[in-house]
Amino acid sequence: MSAEQIIFLIIAAITLIAALSVVISRNLIHSALWLILTLSGIAVFYVLLDAGYFAVIQVVVYIGAIAILFIFAAMLTRRVMQDSGPQSNSNWWLGALIALLLFAGIALIFINWQDFATLQPELTDSSGKLSELGLALVSPDQYVLPFELASVLLVAAMIGAIFVAGEKKQ
Amino acid sequence: MNFISDPITFIANWLTNLLLGWGLSPEVTTVLLTFIGAFLLGTFGFALVIFTIWLERKLYGRIQDRLGPNRVGPWGIFQTFPDMIKIFTKEYITPIGADKIVYNLAPILSVSAVLLTWAVIPFAPTIVGTELNVGVIYLMAVGSIGALGIILAGWSSNNKYSLIGGFRAVAQVVSYEVPMILALLIPVLLGQTMGVNSLVYAQNIWFIFLSPIAALIFFISCLAETGRAPFDLLEAESELVAGYQTEYSGLKFGMFYVGEFLHAFTISALMATLFLGGWRGPWAEQVPILGVFWFFIKAFIVYFFVVLIRISMPRLRIDQMLNFNWKFLTPLALVLLVVTAIVEKSFLLVTPGLNLTETALPWLRAGLHLSVNLIIILITIQILKTHRIKEVRVVATPRPVAVAPEPPASVIS
Repeated sequence: MSAEQIIFLIIAAITLIAALSVVISRNLIHSALWLILTLSGIAVFYVLLDAGYFAVIQVVVYIGAIAILFIFAAMLTRRVMQDSGPQSNSNWWLGALIALLLFAGIALIFINWQDFATLQPELTDSSGKLSELGLALVSPDQYVLPFELASVLLVAAMIGAIFVAGEKKQ
Repeated sequence: MNFISDPITFIANWLTNLLLGWGLSPEVTTVLLTFIGAFLLGTFGFALVIFTIWLERKLYGRIQDRLGPNRVGPWGIFQTFPDMIKIFTKEYITPIGADKIVYNLAPILSVSAVLLTWAVIPFAPTIVGTELNVGVIYLMAVGSIGALGIILAGWSSNNKYSLIGGFRAVAQVVSYEVPMILALLIPVLLGQTMGVNSLVYAQNIWFIFLSPIAALIFFISCLAETGRAPFDLLEAESELVAGYQTEYSGLKFGMFYVGEFLHAFTISALMATLFLGGWRGPWAEQVPILGVFWFFIKAFIVYFFVVLIRISMPRLRIDQMLNFNWKFLTPLALVLLVVTAIVEKSFLLVTPGLNLTETALPWLRAGLHLSVNLIIILITIQILKTHRIKEVRVVATPRPVAVAPEPPASVIS
């Protein structure tokens, strides 16, 4: 077993335990912290895959922005989000069923995917990949439409936030 | 490579050969050396703080017409050591109702966020922690972990002043990240790379001359990120007892303190790296150890300005500070980014047809960028002039609450 595999196994275990703790932790802030650990574990996977750019973006977007927003929101509602109360409601079996079905679907896709077990050849030039990604995002025959759609979505969210938070003119 | 000109690489090579000679596999050797390097870099960061704390207190003293620390060692240079011992021996107090794990995690996060920055700063052409090809985004990513440390400290203390301090801190740190990142993109545009060391290689002409506005915006937003005067709203004795670190004592408080001082020096180092040419200087490429020398000279010059600004500026109100960020710095940085991108791209499109010599090209580019920057500065000043306060509106005349009675005639005579 190479050093990389050992690191992978350790990080995978940490990520899974952290992901489980996100849902079973009774304290909302602790859940958010476990979520941060999970997300950083995934960032480490990106590093192991030689995708440094995605690793860093994972940290910037998910830990730097989204997790901090979670914590911020939870802090503002500290008195509301007390630690007491049952952790699941009467619909827990529905959630479990959906989760099981989703897992079965994903597993089915992986089983039927012929190339799942074959190793892809390594990309050689690591700096070229990044500029290729950038060009692909803005080239008309590749991903410019989803890219622009995402930005439209963000603008819509921003306008909505300003509308909700802005002062109502009488 | 000989020892005098490049000691770090020399020692690293020697250690590698030694470990390989002991029969370790190359993989294990690399991992071991990486750990040793990381350990040394972190220790160096902390050791540097011992010096900068003294330096800052001394500068403070001198500027405020005091002597500053002057008892321990020559010029009081060892003053930090007794202070360290004092802080080690203090009692750790954990307030009732505090979230213990988070409470203890917060100072560690907030120091490590600053220390992680040092991994990508190149001290010399060969002395770099790691040469990431996405170093600039890495800097942003690490910065956001610092915000996390602050917010957790504020929340876990179970103290409303800490919590308000934490909110303020996050509002400030997250807001000022926006112009900082926009300003960081300009060196990336000019250097056409995201690696920090490659950015230093790209600075044949320092980027501060190509884009002084970007340098200024970066400097100001970095100052705000450190949370020191004039942006020291995170730490408000008069309003919040202290701030997010109110409940911390002993070494846990010391961690925040060290983190702040280290951050102040780190932003100087970043400024020196990204805008002042980093290790570039005469003979730096031949003799790497000279690069360290140039780097620290530049970093300490910037650090001097950081300290000078901290001492000489009055503090802002929180609303003024956020207004300054969102209504001035961010639009300016956006305009600058768009204009710089257009100028750079059109320069690259136009110049191949002009038959210029190789040496004239970078100077022409620098001149073009500088003049565009100056035009933006002039327009900005004109716009600001239209918003200046033309006259002070008198709302009411001050009315004395109590008037002293006339003294009796016997007293006057």
